[in-house]
Amino acid sequence: MNGHEIVYLDDVGLRLGNTIILREAKLSLGPGEKVGLLGPNGSGKTTLLRIIATLLQPTSGSGAVLGAEIGTQDVYEIRNRIVMVGHLPGLWPELTLGENTELVARLSGRSPEVAADALAQVGLARASERRADQSSKGMLRRAELARALILEPTLLLLDEAHAGLDAEAIGMVDTIANRVVAGGGAVMLVSHEPDRLNVHRSVQLVDGTLEMVS
Amino acid sequence: MTFWRQVYEVARKDLLVESRTAEVALMTAPFGAAALILIPLAIGTDAPLLSQLGPGLYWIVVLLFGMLVILRKSAVDGQAQRDLVRLLGIEPAAAFAGATAATSALVLFFEVALGPILIALYNPELRGWPWLFVILPLVAIGMGLLGTIASGVTTSIGTRTSLTPLLIVPLSLPLLMGATQALEGLRLGRGIVPWLILLFAVDLALAVSGVLAARPLEEAVT
Repeated sequence: MNGHEIVYLDDVGLRLGNTIILREAKLSLGPGEKVGLLGPNGSGKTTLLRIIATLLQPTSGSGAVLGAEIGTQDVYEIRNRIVMVGHLPGLWPELTLGENTELVARLSGRSPEVAADALAQVGLARASERRADQSSKGMLRRAELARALILEPTLLLLDEAHAGLDAEAIGMVDTIANRVVAGGGAVMLVSHEPDRLNVHRSVQLVDGTLEMVS
Repeated sequence: MTFWRQVYEVARKDLLVESRTAEVALMTAPFGAAALILIPLAIGTDAPLLSQLGPGLYWIVVLLFGMLVILRKSAVDGQAQRDLVRLLGIEPAAAFAGATAATSALVLFFEVALGPILIALYNPELRGWPWLFVILPLVAIGMGLLGTIASGVTTSIGTRTSLTPLLIVPLSLPLLMGATQALEGLRLGRGIVPWLILLFAVDLALAVSGVLAARPLEEAVT
């Protein structure tokens, strides 16, 4: 660890009951880096993202995210610099897309106008009154991307980054990821389609361990 | 963002979700009302007996059907929503207080909605009725606190929410006792201050426990 990494994992492992999800995972993610995370279904990609997002504590190993050591109270201070777009939408189904994004803006201390602007940028300005549970998967993903625009994170984690998105929205993912990287942040994208990943390098989860992809 | 602003936003969100589903107004309240209507049919038309039993039965219905109100929190937030709240840096105690405020408001609405049925069917003596402005909120806050704590516990240990009533019912007994005895005290013209103190003490103990446990429960989620 050189002190400048945005994400640093050293021999991180996770065991849930008798199941080993991760073993001795090593990862370093520096400023301006965009890294792909590959692996088959159930290989632990989402779990690894949740560990990097400081939402889940590893059972072995050590690491730091945005300078905060994983497993310590320091992570509470840096969480608001992380945006994770999971494969399940972080939206309340009964609220409209506009209300959901506005809630994110309000809870992060920003004005509702920022939310409306972000929604427009992801092409949902005319759908802001539509309830989340009446929106398509692609619209939900776009609303999630709007969250990244509102919060301007230093670390952006995108699970199944391109799933359910049309060509325009896939371009949007790249634009938002590039914006984070250009600002000195880092991005990690999970995808089942390596060809679509426009990243600096990729790592793969195989049997719970992380391997470089050549 | 200030602590109280976070509380306000979380409570506002929960009430907005409830206003869309209207579960309390359209499902739970009518069920509770049906229970209050069915009991006189079982007991018969013994008016003095109904008048005497009415307040106690009202609180039992509030407690049991209120369970449905306070368990709604578990259904509102899934893992993705909980992750979002954590990553937004919301203070767990603020999230706890906001959720409690929303749930307590819904329980209070439920209590008030059942009031006219209690009066119409049971004709209870309403001596000292202004005290209801104190008793009803104290019970509602207690149930809101219990529901939010129980929701956090079941989420953190990954158990089914159907087991939550097993946690809540025993802990809600002091609320039931305080509420029934306070109304009985009013009916008989006795002092009710000890029972109000009991209700307040239960609420305070639950609030302190909930605030202290909010962070550990949130971080225990896998």
